[in-house]
Amino acid sequence: MNLSFTILIPLIPLSVFLILGILSQEIKPAVSGYIGVFGLFVSTILSYFTAYQYFFVFGKLEGVYQTFTQKTVWMNFTDTLHIDMGVLIDPISVMMLIVVSTISLMVHIYSRGYMKGDDGYTRFFSYLSLFTFSMYGLVLATNLFQIYIFWELVGVSSFLLIGHYYTKPSAVAAAKKAFIVTRFADLGFLIGILIIGFYTSTYDFETLNNPEGSAILNWASGSFMGLSILTWALILIFIGGAGKSAMFPLHIWLSDAMEGPTPVSALIHAATMVVAGVYLVARLFPMYYFVEDGFALNVVAFVGAFSSLFAAVIAVTQTDIKRVLAFSTMSQLGYMMLALGVSGYDGHEGVGYMASMFHLFTHAMFKALLFLGAGSVIHAVHSNFLKDMGGLRKYMPITNITFLIAALAIAGVPPFAGFWSKDEILVAAFEHNKLIYFIGIFVAGLTAFYMFRIYFGIFWGKETKYKHAPHESPVSMTFPLMVLAFLSIVVGFIPFSEFITADKAGFEAHLNYPLAAAAVGVGLIGVGLAYLFYKKENDLAERFSEAFGSFYVWTFHKFYFDEIYLFITKKILFQRVSWPIAKFDKKYVDGTMEGIGNKTVFISHKIKGLQSGKFQDYAFALVSGVVVLALVFIYFLNY
Amino acid sequence: MIAGISLYEILTITSILFFVGVYGFITRKNLISVLISIELILNASVVNFVAINKYLYPNALQGVVFSIFIIAVAAAETVLAVSIIINLYRQISSVEVKDTEIMKY
Repeated sequence: MNLSFTILIPLIPLSVFLILGILSQEIKPAVSGYIGVFGLFVSTILSYFTAYQYFFVFGKLEGVYQTFTQKTVWMNFTDTLHIDMGVLIDPISVMMLIVVSTISLMVHIYSRGYMKGDDGYTRFFSYLSLFTFSMYGLVLATNLFQIYIFWELVGVSSFLLIGHYYTKPSAVAAAKKAFIVTRFADLGFLIGILIIGFYTSTYDFETLNNPEGSAILNWASGSFMGLSILTWALILIFIGGAGKSAMFPLHIWLSDAMEGPTPVSALIHAATMVVAGVYLVARLFPMYYFVEDGFALNVVAFVGAFSSLFAAVIAVTQTDIKRVLAFSTMSQLGYMMLALGVSGYDGHEGVGYMASMFHLFTHAMFKALLFLGAGSVIHAVHSNFLKDMGGLRKYMPITNITFLIAALAIAGVPPFAGFWSKDEILVAAFEHNKLIYFIGIFVAGLTAFYMFRIYFGIFWGKETKYKHAPHESPVSMTFPLMVLAFLSIVVGFIPFSEFITADKAGFEAHLNYPLAAAAVGVGLIGVGLAYLFYKKENDLAERFSEAFGSFYVWTFHKFYFDEIYLFITKKILFQRVSWPIAKFDKKYVDGTMEGIGNKTVFISHKIKGLQSGKFQDYAFALVSGVVVLALVFIYFLNY
Repeated sequence: MIAGISLYEILTITSILFFVGVYGFITRKNLISVLISIELILNASVVNFVAINKYLYPNALQGVVFSIFIIAVAAAETVLAVSIIINLYRQISSVEVKDTEIMKY
């Protein structure tokens, strides 16, 4: 099977980006929307075709999914160490192709309605295409360096899209924050890549991930501070992934990134870009698992579990619906990370890996749906805050139903998608580490609670008087909602364990009834509590928050992490470190250079009188020179 | 051979002529006078050529031929210089050396 056509999947969005970007002044907004949607539609068809061919036609050899690569050498360092460019087709990359295509296509269609009348309409669509291109490239990367290049590209497009409303100072600040925080994390990623290149002489995923390969077998060859060098490299790479996936303590950018248009939040900050960190760990999973008996993988598990708990607690108190969804995303990403962290490798042992990818898949569907639904609500009431909403079910029936489906899915109520994937994660955690399991199940309850808190707050609750009666969004916006709602119901029934496993062989997954019942029970308790608190207008919630006292205040301010970071950067880094360095640079480094220049100018002014313009002066100088030389030669050198 | 006059006397005369020319070139205030001084310098060298040819290599003619070349070149050079001076005069209405320093620094 020739896979060359897969290169078209990223190249089509790239060309759409170039067309829309270069001709942005000439193209009418309506046309640019169609170009964007059409380009992505072609890519989506190609992605589905690839997936069908791979999973059902040629991908399997003796029951094991094979890895196909096509690449060319791009930069050559040594015989073994070179950077390639190409495409890699294996189960997770194909699965990610489906996720990126589906969500991106839905978001493109949705944006045609949501962004209507916006000044930067064409610019918005060109950046969406740029992002989609970068994400495809990241997914299909064949080696660490290629993934790093596209990793930065998605960062740039995220920056551009968060700052779409660039006249708004808060949007600009949020864009900068997102970029700087993730860049800071990427520094770790880069150092990790360089260490891996130095110690294993290869960047290629296939070589690195081979369990019998030299990279994994020789992990003990170097050590630093009691850990293997490769473990350090993997932890550093995980820091890069944690930055992109908004893991604690690099999570601060994600809630601010909600300043961008809502479709952007749905595409980038819920479904695709933020799962790049999870994807990266999954991509290098054999390394994480085999190097030093999975020490780095344990780090992943605990960071994921803590982030998931931390974000869920914050999400309960937030009043901006997009921020609730942002923290919910962070919490679910923590879930995926912890699932990877507790996974084994062979057969049924690898249930965590499978569950993580499964949850990535289902989460992309229902979280994009939640964001798009929230966008539909915001479009109708022109506010992000819960206090301005209430009783919208009468005005927006489609949004109401689809949002409810998504909320049920994320709360883990069967038979919606989230139930199946979350259940697998909890099974994996239960078999591996009880502490992580209890964190997971507590977070599941919290998730159900905060999700239904905003659901009841938006669509039920108090009867708000609106200045203009809100109305249902146009078809271009409700159509993606319905498609995603349909997907949120059905994708849970995909037998994921047959397609995507750590050792690529496939196994039979069974529902573990006691664990599933526990998870569903906790979820229903959360839903029930939210029902009591927020279904009808009452003061139960206020009384509860007062009972928690200062803990509530701390949570409401996101545990003051923004303030801590600001204090560290502004008060300590800028004042104590950067300021003196800047001063030294200005005074001594620049001073030396400028001093040399100034002295030259000064001397030139002094001696410019020599060039008087009178040729007789020059002639005199010439003659006297000759005379002096003649005297010297005659009397001193005795010629 | 000119009776009673040795090469040294002729060389002395031409040296004086040469340095008078140099002195005039450096000190004259009028461009025409400067041109005349240049002619003096050239004439000094022409006389040198002829005299040295005559006294040291009586059977050769190169020195004499060279002096004719120099006279021709000097004529051409004078034509060029005078035309430059005339153009200058049209521009600044002056042939004084001190008025020609507009190209300085």
